[in-house]
Amino acid sequence: MSLRRPAKDQPENFEFNSSSLEAANTIVSKYPKGKQQSAVMALLYIAQRQNNNWIPLAAMKYIAKFLDMPYIKVYEVATFYTMYNLSPVGKYFIQVCTTTPCMIRGANHLVEACKEKISENECELSNDKSCSWMEVECLGACVNAPMMQINDDYYEDLDKDKTLKILEKILKGETPKPGSYRGRVNNEPENNRKTLMDYKNA
Amino acid sequence: MLKLKVNNIDIEVEEGLTVLQACEKAGVEIPRFCYHEKLSIAGNCRMCLVEMEKSPKPVASCAMPAADGMNIKTNTVFVEKARKGVMEFLLANHPLDCPVCDQGGECDLQDQSMFYGVDKSRFKENKRAVPEKNMGPLIKTQMTRCIHCTRCVRFATEVAGVPEIGAIGRGEDMQITTYLEQSMQSELSANVVDLCPVGALTSKPYVFEARPWELKKTESIDVMDAIGSNIRVDTYDWEVKRILPIINEDINEEWISDKTRYACDGLLHQRLDTPFIKYNGKFEKASWNEVYKIIKSKFENTSKEKICGFVGDLTNMETSYIFKEFFDRTLDVDNYESRSDNRYLNLSERENYLFNSSINGIEDSDLIFLIGTNPRYEATILNARIRKSYLNNETKIISLNELGDLTYPYESLDGQTQTLKEIFDGKHKISNLISNATKPMIILGESFLNLNSSKYIFRKIKNFLLENNKINNDWNSLNILSCDAASVGNYDLKLINRDKNLLKDLKDHKFEIVYLVGQDNLNFEKKDEFIIYQGSHGDKGAELADIILPGSAYTEQDGYFTNLEGKIQKAYKASYPPGESKEDWLIINEIAEFMNNRKLFNDKDELESSMFNYLNLQKEKSSVSKNIEENEDADQFKSETLKIKIKDYYFSNVIARSSKTMIECNNSKLNFKSTGTEG
Repeated sequence: MSLRRPAKDQPENFEFNSSSLEAANTIVSKYPKGKQQSAVMALLYIAQRQNNNWIPLAAMKYIAKFLDMPYIKVYEVATFYTMYNLSPVGKYFIQVCTTTPCMIRGANHLVEACKEKISENECELSNDKSCSWMEVECLGACVNAPMMQINDDYYEDLDKDKTLKILEKILKGETPKPGSYRGRVNNEPENNRKTLMDYKNA
Repeated sequence: MLKLKVNNIDIEVEEGLTVLQACEKAGVEIPRFCYHEKLSIAGNCRMCLVEMEKSPKPVASCAMPAADGMNIKTNTVFVEKARKGVMEFLLANHPLDCPVCDQGGECDLQDQSMFYGVDKSRFKENKRAVPEKNMGPLIKTQMTRCIHCTRCVRFATEVAGVPEIGAIGRGEDMQITTYLEQSMQSELSANVVDLCPVGALTSKPYVFEARPWELKKTESIDVMDAIGSNIRVDTYDWEVKRILPIINEDINEEWISDKTRYACDGLLHQRLDTPFIKYNGKFEKASWNEVYKIIKSKFENTSKEKICGFVGDLTNMETSYIFKEFFDRTLDVDNYESRSDNRYLNLSERENYLFNSSINGIEDSDLIFLIGTNPRYEATILNARIRKSYLNNETKIISLNELGDLTYPYESLDGQTQTLKEIFDGKHKISNLISNATKPMIILGESFLNLNSSKYIFRKIKNFLLENNKINNDWNSLNILSCDAASVGNYDLKLINRDKNLLKDLKDHKFEIVYLVGQDNLNFEKKDEFIIYQGSHGDKGAELADIILPGSAYTEQDGYFTNLEGKIQKAYKASYPPGESKEDWLIINEIAEFMNNRKLFNDKDELESSMFNYLNLQKEKSSVSKNIEENEDADQFKSETLKIKIKDYYFSNVIARSSKTMIECNNSKLNFKSTGTEG
């Protein structure tokens, strides 16, 4: 794993907007008084969503103040979890699963597609700075392999052509339909089920 | 009590102890890196593994609570194998640079690898390298050596109260860092150097100076503040190379302040090493005989009322005592004074100038009221105790003034004497807080004693505390926080002129001869006075002088110091005075001999026993003369604002002022960027 370091170019200020603030207050209110620091992970995630999928240092300082805890403690948490991006990743953040099941089903073709469409290297912004991609470990959708995650949505049962189409849409600023790209509902078997046929509601 | 077995020895320990502590009670030493008595338990180095019966795996003894019936083994093959495994992992990324590492010779990792290290490495991959961090002028970092015990992180968060150090990027690439890569904003920061079990954090001013086995080690007492921290002075030849803390649970626990530790390079600079005489505004070197002759003729040709003497803030008690004897017996006049300002002092009872609740008592206290003091800068170690008390029992802390960050939360009032009057008249909400508290502490600083109406308020405070039974045999709430190492000792020796205001007379130029012993803090314009300065450093006092007598610093002579609690402690001679300079008491003794052909004391032992006789006599006297109240309406209350007189923390005495390290510390606090052109 590469070193996780904050980006060089940092915005000066950060503040929660009204919807983030509301969400943050709801989460803080779940914890007993004086234990508000427990909300730090959720708040970091809220900040990340608000700020195009990455957390600037200013946001960490803001959260430290918001929760009345030392800044270095927030920094420690943010540098540990890979879910927090410490440098800009673009509005669309593409994570391609390359762990064994996906790899066997051809995840490398997805990676090729990303290299062609977005950027030569992972964690590098596309030309229009709207998206970036990276290889990640198992995202827990092995049954629909190969797959990738774009922001909060899973795109499953892909191959190179389908991936290229999805990426084209993204680069145009559209949001493609998430889910299986071979017409499956969730992770049902293809061509109807073959087991548990006797049970109606199985 | 819990009964358990350690290596088949039966022991009983109290509940709440860990297995590691139980093993220590049984006399078994457990290797450790992350565990430290004064810090919280982390349990992350795994070096303290022991075998526990019925446990299939070894247990980390530092984090395992001792329980009844445990059977612990520490000397089995199983344990040794486990520890060897841990050591191999620790050494996997640790560089083999002991020959160029300052920790070499006193390194925990080095010592323990002698027992548990394997002579070769199975680690074929690249070693981890971590960039150096900037932690200010005191701490040198070499983070590749770090084994991530997190002692420094815990120290900064818990003891120092500045949560600025942390472990980022946990996992394989974990690094310890301060977030802004700047010095820690704490006066206790350099203690992390002692805490670091490897050479990751080492002392910057001491870098590549000496090896621990080359140094002569002398146990002594610190004089940078009135706490009297116990220190170890390490010397190489004449030079004091470094100062380290010694454990004294009643005073400094295990910590010393940065000033105590690093002002020692001031002992090498600006030293007076030969007697000087001023001719036409220029100092010229002289011999001891010459200066003694001049002093003799000056003293003999001046009427005794025109002679006065002042002792300074770092003077040891022997010197103060012989100085007093010199005035009393040789000159036959009592124009001596140890204070450098007009602070109020009531010598009728010893409790009137002591820190009566004691430093240990801070931990039992439930209410602390600071009046005219900023303990963070005036007594750093004491401030760490207040923080400890706050953390352990949520002690409420109130300050009359707003003091900035004290490393713990406190309530601040408006700083008016009027408020003080209301509180100790019982008309303020804090009055009830004090009278309802079981063990309150009122801490009075020197800034308070310098007030015009300090006498009035002091008596009010004392009466209030007596009425509410807060001054009794078990607990005394009245605390005076002295700032200087010599203060309390001088009060005990009654080196005070109670009839005359010598400082005012001095400023009115009523004296012809002024004899200063280490006193650099008198603000007065020199006119026609003949000034004799005796001291160790060329500072403000020496500039004014007509004759300079080179004396010794606290590391160069044996000397007693009484700390602010009234504990008398001896500082031992670690080095010898430079050049022709002599021990301070000796100089005064020789002047006396020169004048009367008779020494005041035959030797140091006689001086010491005479001094202790005097102190014991004073103790008996004060116990007899109790309860004599001074004239009640001698002075009136005046409404005024109490301002904390800020003594520059890093330049509070001559040694600190001569120290280059202290200048660097000060600059780093001011964020001063060195340009290289400032000379």
